[in-house]
Amino acid sequence: MSIIEIDQLTKSYRVYQKKEGLREAIRGLFHREYKTVDAVRGISLRVEPGEFVAFLGPNGAGKTTTLKLLSGVIYPSSGSATVMGFTPWLRDMEYRRRFALVMGQKNQLWWDLPAQESFRLHQQIYCIDPASFKRTLDELTDLLDVTRLLGRPVRELSLGERMKMELIAALLHSPDVLFLDEPTIGLDVVAQHNIQQFLKHYQEQRKITILLTSHYMKDVSALCERVVVIAQGIIQYDGSLSGITDEFSGYKVVQLQLALGQSHNGLERFGELIKTNPPRVSLKIPKQQVSKVLAEILNTYSVDDVAVEDPPLEEVIAKMFHSMAN
Amino acid sequence: MPSQALPPGQAWKTRWIILKTALAERLAYRGDFALGTLMRFLPIITQIFLWWAVFQSLNPDAPQSASISGYSFHDMVAYYLLTMLGRAFSSMPGLSSNIAKTIRDGEIKRYLVQPIDLLSFLFWSRVAHKIAYYSVATGPFILVFFLCRNYFTEGWPSFSTLACFCLSLLLSFSLGFYLEACLGLIGFWMLEVSSLLFVYMLMQFFLSGHMFPLDLLPEPFESLVNYLPIKYLAYFPAAVFLGKIQGAALLYDMLMLVFWVAFFYAVSRWLTAKGLQRYSGFGG
Repeated sequence: MSIIEIDQLTKSYRVYQKKEGLREAIRGLFHREYKTVDAVRGISLRVEPGEFVAFLGPNGAGKTTTLKLLSGVIYPSSGSATVMGFTPWLRDMEYRRRFALVMGQKNQLWWDLPAQESFRLHQQIYCIDPASFKRTLDELTDLLDVTRLLGRPVRELSLGERMKMELIAALLHSPDVLFLDEPTIGLDVVAQHNIQQFLKHYQEQRKITILLTSHYMKDVSALCERVVVIAQGIIQYDGSLSGITDEFSGYKVVQLQLALGQSHNGLERFGELIKTNPPRVSLKIPKQQVSKVLAEILNTYSVDDVAVEDPPLEEVIAKMFHSMAN
Repeated sequence: MPSQALPPGQAWKTRWIILKTALAERLAYRGDFALGTLMRFLPIITQIFLWWAVFQSLNPDAPQSASISGYSFHDMVAYYLLTMLGRAFSSMPGLSSNIAKTIRDGEIKRYLVQPIDLLSFLFWSRVAHKIAYYSVATGPFILVFFLCRNYFTEGWPSFSTLACFCLSLLLSFSLGFYLEACLGLIGFWMLEVSSLLFVYMLMQFFLSGHMFPLDLLPEPFESLVNYLPIKYLAYFPAAVFLGKIQGAALLYDMLMLVFWVAFFYAVSRWLTAKGLQRYSGFGG
């Protein structure tokens, strides 16, 4: 049985249309116009136990709304979903003890107290027995290398250190399902990397099910084999990360290292020149023609080295989002 | 609600840990906290001078012997000191505005996701705030009451009156908590509750008996105020201590106080349930 089952899930919001200017503000006192925003429009999805799934999509695509629906923070307008057999928005206490939600910029720790105090409160709230609490805490603080920071007030920690503490707080009760909403937002490269490595290791060890939203492709490519692309409230793609390139990018990047003295003139007739830094030249060539065009180039030019690569993932995804928006 | 899902021992242990954590948080701001607590004693001096001026204008030659509706100058000062003690229990600085802010900022999510009950959490945090406050304020309170001991012309009340007084203080804490929690929970429907709070504070200032004894009010206001719950926040405990309410009237008022606590408890539960439903439906 799938651990997460979503069927035709829809969420619409009614938002107040505020217009510009004082006149409109006064008018707004008497008459308000509302607009219905469809944040999620009929999503269906199955997630198996132990999967690490990434939700990708532009801002406002419905990713966070979906996570909020699955964690029971909001009710859907229609459709159904179950997580571990629970309907999230019924907010069963048993369900709440078995999952965790981490939102990148929301704080579940007490700002003026050392994280240790918040953890102890979590131990009580989630009824974690003292022995397993100690074991889990030692393990997590060790993995994330924050043992020495446990006694320091949270407000004095760096953003990266705070995020680590947030993750510990979320994992203390050993949830079976974890929802991560942009866990690396605003972090520097090193902190991002640390968090990625930790999540990867933790998921491999515990085999828990994780749903993650992130704008950092590095997060996604390091962690998730399965990617669900959501745009305008609809699932546009569900499959492997490399599959996105196959499906949404029609070309490959051919990098040539020309031989000494070989001019690059005339190469533009084979494809779009992306970078010219003699003797290195990069060309964009339609996927189906790569072998034919490459053979012609090698016949015509004197080439020392050739590399055929997929276009950068960020670029493919940006293009994909752009085409979806239009 | 966790208290329903957990065995009683666990639920009490959770409350105890919330209390301990909130207490530790409170003590994190030592300086501000100590200063804030002590500064609250300043208005006593201005109040004593104010009433002295009032009584002096009534009888310039012998202000001590003047009286307003049965209150002499000494009675008035004693009354004022007692309402201050009552308000130390019933006032809830920042409670409503913090609830409204939690809703507006979306931090309320935490109470939806974690197995934890919002009102119970806030209640025990507030108990911790009060304990922290009393731990600092008890000394100054004893000093002030000792210095002003001559104003209590009747001396110590009987044991039973004293017991009723203590009970009324505890109940006024609960009433203050649930009443202000209700106001904060209106934040589910109105983004900004500060104007509402201002109106409430103003009403409380005059109608709780904080400024003057409520039996000074002319009819029909006195009777009207008697039906309102606000009088239990300051006037009632002081009146009990001074022996102004006794016998059947005392029993009646005690029962009414219990009724109001239960009433606002129920309303706050209802507002939380409806509010979260609304929040889940529209916001998030």
